[in-house]
Amino acid sequence: MAIGIVGAAYISAAILFILALGGLSGQESAKRAVWYGIVGMALAVFATIFGSEVVLSSFGWAVLVLMLAIGGVAGWYVAGRVQMTEMPQLVAALHSFVGLAAVFIGFNAELELGRIHALMAAGTPEAADALNALAGFAKVLAHKTAVEVNILKVEVFLGVFIGAVTFTGSVIAFGKLAGKVDGKAKKLPGGHFLNAAAAIGSLVLLVMYFNGAGIWTLALMTLLAFFIGYHLIMGIGGADMPVVVSMLNSYSGWAAAAIGFTLSNDLLIVTGALVGSSGAILSYIMCRAMNRSFISVILGGFGNVAGPAMEIAGEMVAIDAEGVAAALNDADSVIIIPGYGMAVAQAQQSVSELTRKLRAKGKTVRFAIHPVAGRLPGHMNVLLAEAKVPYDIVLEMDEINEDFPTTDVAIVIGSNDIVNPAAQDDPNSPIAGMPVLECWKAKQVFVSKRGQGTGYSGIENPLFYKENTRMFYGDAKKSLDHLLPMID
Amino acid sequence: MKIGAPKELFEGEARVAMTPDSATQLQKLGHECLIEAGAGAAAGFSDAAYAAAGVTVVKTAAALAKAAEVIVKVRPPVDAEVKRLHAGQTLISFFYPAQNKDLLAAANATGATVVAMDMVPRISRAQKMDALSSMANIAGYRAVIEAANNFGRFFTGQVTAAGKVPPAKILIVGAGVAGLAATGTAVSLGAIVHAFDVRPEVAEQIESMGANFVYLDFADAQDGAATGGYAAPSSPEFREAQLAKFRELAPEMDIVITTALIPGRDAPKLWLADMVAAMKPGSVVVDLAAERGGNCDLTVADQKVVSENGVTVIGYTDFPSRMGAQASTLYANNIRHMLTDLTPGKDGVIVHNMEDDVIRGATVTHAGAITFPPPPPKIAAIAAQKPKEKARELTVVEKRAQEVALFRKQTRNQVGLLAVGTGLMLLIGAFAPASFMSHLIVFALSVFVGFSVIWNVSHSLHTPLMAVTNAISSIIILGALLQVGSGSWLVIILAAISIMIASVNIFGGFLVTRRMLAMFQKS
Repeated sequence: MAIGIVGAAYISAAILFILALGGLSGQESAKRAVWYGIVGMALAVFATIFGSEVVLSSFGWAVLVLMLAIGGVAGWYVAGRVQMTEMPQLVAALHSFVGLAAVFIGFNAELELGRIHALMAAGTPEAADALNALAGFAKVLAHKTAVEVNILKVEVFLGVFIGAVTFTGSVIAFGKLAGKVDGKAKKLPGGHFLNAAAAIGSLVLLVMYFNGAGIWTLALMTLLAFFIGYHLIMGIGGADMPVVVSMLNSYSGWAAAAIGFTLSNDLLIVTGALVGSSGAILSYIMCRAMNRSFISVILGGFGNVAGPAMEIAGEMVAIDAEGVAAALNDADSVIIIPGYGMAVAQAQQSVSELTRKLRAKGKTVRFAIHPVAGRLPGHMNVLLAEAKVPYDIVLEMDEINEDFPTTDVAIVIGSNDIVNPAAQDDPNSPIAGMPVLECWKAKQVFVSKRGQGTGYSGIENPLFYKENTRMFYGDAKKSLDHLLPMID
Repeated sequence: MKIGAPKELFEGEARVAMTPDSATQLQKLGHECLIEAGAGAAAGFSDAAYAAAGVTVVKTAAALAKAAEVIVKVRPPVDAEVKRLHAGQTLISFFYPAQNKDLLAAANATGATVVAMDMVPRISRAQKMDALSSMANIAGYRAVIEAANNFGRFFTGQVTAAGKVPPAKILIVGAGVAGLAATGTAVSLGAIVHAFDVRPEVAEQIESMGANFVYLDFADAQDGAATGGYAAPSSPEFREAQLAKFRELAPEMDIVITTALIPGRDAPKLWLADMVAAMKPGSVVVDLAAERGGNCDLTVADQKVVSENGVTVIGYTDFPSRMGAQASTLYANNIRHMLTDLTPGKDGVIVHNMEDDVIRGATVTHAGAITFPPPPPKIAAIAAQKPKEKARELTVVEKRAQEVALFRKQTRNQVGLLAVGTGLMLLIGAFAPASFMSHLIVFALSVFVGFSVIWNVSHSLHTPLMAVTNAISSIIILGALLQVGSGSWLVIILAAISIMIASVNIFGGFLVTRRMLAMFQKS
């Protein structure tokens, strides 16, 4: 296939990718958009394989097809089996693959560069023949000028660095989300100084590598970057995971873009930039939803508390299923606020059933979704969609916050900080200024919660002490299943 | 324990402290119930109904007092009733210990324990036994009904073939339980309701019932939380501002219902003679504070009077009693809840736990000692109000100035960023070769396209977005494809692994996205 055709295929693929992301603006257009992405990817891969830059022996073909087949089947299997509640860990795991691939490809570029330089330096006729016989990527490398090689080195270094941070970071994020690693924020003694030291070390290694110190500098930097990825994400707690996952999403894009520079491949650059900016925007949206700066999330922990927290007066009043059922039977409008607790208890089916029953009685039932509810941006929407809750009754915070005063019953299922009135009332609260769902303005609030403890952030929630709040203790799924038969 | 309810001796009192329903519940707690013959007649509960509920009907009050270990009543006991009390007996009724010092001493002298229903602290847990609130609720409702009864027109506005009827305008002074109940009743009858209270935080409650809160432009508004949810006396300046507001409203109002009470004091005079004089003939004033002197100058307790200009002023003090059946049902339930708390084991044994905030607060004499006034409850009734800073309304000019300043700031930021960015690009361009610059252009444009496209992505699709970006970021597979044809074994192996893991991503990412998107459905 001629270079021109490959280039044309790349342009089509790039446009298809942009359309694929743009199509996600609505639920219906998204179903078409994902096909654009698939076609774009297929185009890009086929054009590359059959393009003139890839010259393969029959053994090379065998390896290629085998690897594609193994990876494809594994991806197919995982995508078909994964539970919707496990989406966060799946996304994190997939990020780690992109990171690792970026590391390998970067190393390959360095290895090829070393091989070509060795051939050039040898100056023998055999070496000259070998140089002429070079194909594909190596051929491109061989024709680079000295300045271009220097830039290439920086690109390789950057690509490997970002890839390595993404890899270990995603592995730790996966571990935390899957419950295999303790979700609490943990740091080694020395804290962020260790990260800073590793980053400075990498910078020194970059200078050395640039001046021709050899592949060991690249390898050592990779280890340092692995450490940064590991330590950075270990230091971030479970509820900040939406930011972490979007950030890693962004990194995987930047890694792809850096590799694109290394390989002088525009499609990689375009796609990497698209993914990188997408992840960056998601991180920004998540941070804004928590009223915290990106830096403070990444460096872990909450900001300094300015003064003592406001005293909470009153008491938590428990209620049983009968009481909740009576209130729901009397109510005309209900808003349900799901959180991570719903995902943990796998209660989305029961919530959906409750919604169906209430709607069948002619009541208005809606869902209020806070941007950082759950462990992944949009996590709650996917869970509710899985349980067949129609998406047009699932609303964003800004769409529904004004409707609470006219709502009879608000049900909080497994969320805590996102409904904490202290964010508005108490300037000393660690979450002061964070936009929250104002469910306490509803006539009655029921909070389904496992026990009396505080949430992830350890902040007391005055909502639980309000006069119109009743605590509905117990596992969310069990409580709801107990409640369901009483709704008539 | 034997729980007995005597007939109320106060003239005209229709309420009774035990109903057949509450008796059934009390028996479930292990108690035995007694009632004096005819006690429930005025509230519509016959002796036969009690007997059917398993209550022993006792002929005389004296016999009842002798047999029962717990006496439940509505009104504070009269002398004869106090004399019948004996040591070890418990009396549960309204008592008003602050106003009835002599009665308190007399009751204490008998050695009986007295639980005053009017002293139940106002905390969430005790709401179910808050008899003052349940009686105030009835009074508020009845006040509107009495007003309607004496008002010659409709409450609701109507346009009929015979002409247009304007809706009645009602002012409710004091938005406590009674005031809110009156507000709700009047709104549901179709009147235009204005409500006033010295505690600005109740504005939300009033507006939630469909009435207008009468705002008073006064800097030093008081915080109701400081006094356990009740109003406190106001400063002379505040009072003047308040009266001026009332004077302004008086000519427009058809009905005024006053419910203003301050704990432990005479009712404040809020609706003065000149305001009554300013009202239209046929208007009605209902004074729910008549028992404590009244909020209106013209109020005569227990009577209905008509002013010179034809305004009816109602000063009845027995609103709850006028709705005997309803009041008895609610009061008996309050009593029942109090006894539930006093019978923690549900075994018919009364445990008078003086450590319990609610029981301690309501008990005024116990074990031969006067235990009034109680210490403050361990938990405050209502969360302390934070001082609310009202955002000052900006004038048009100020708003415009703000917008201009914001625009300037944004322009400065953008221009600054562009200048720095351009400078950086120029710097790179000065050193980097042309091939690199062409890639950089592609990169920069893609970032811009990415930003503008992603902003439009719907929030609910953020998870599918991450999955699909994941899939397309494995475009990195192209790099591995380009390298897999290398001559070096190590390179081939690394490239092969990269192809494999990237293809996991491609297939996994796209498939899971499709799976998720297929789940989103419209109702």
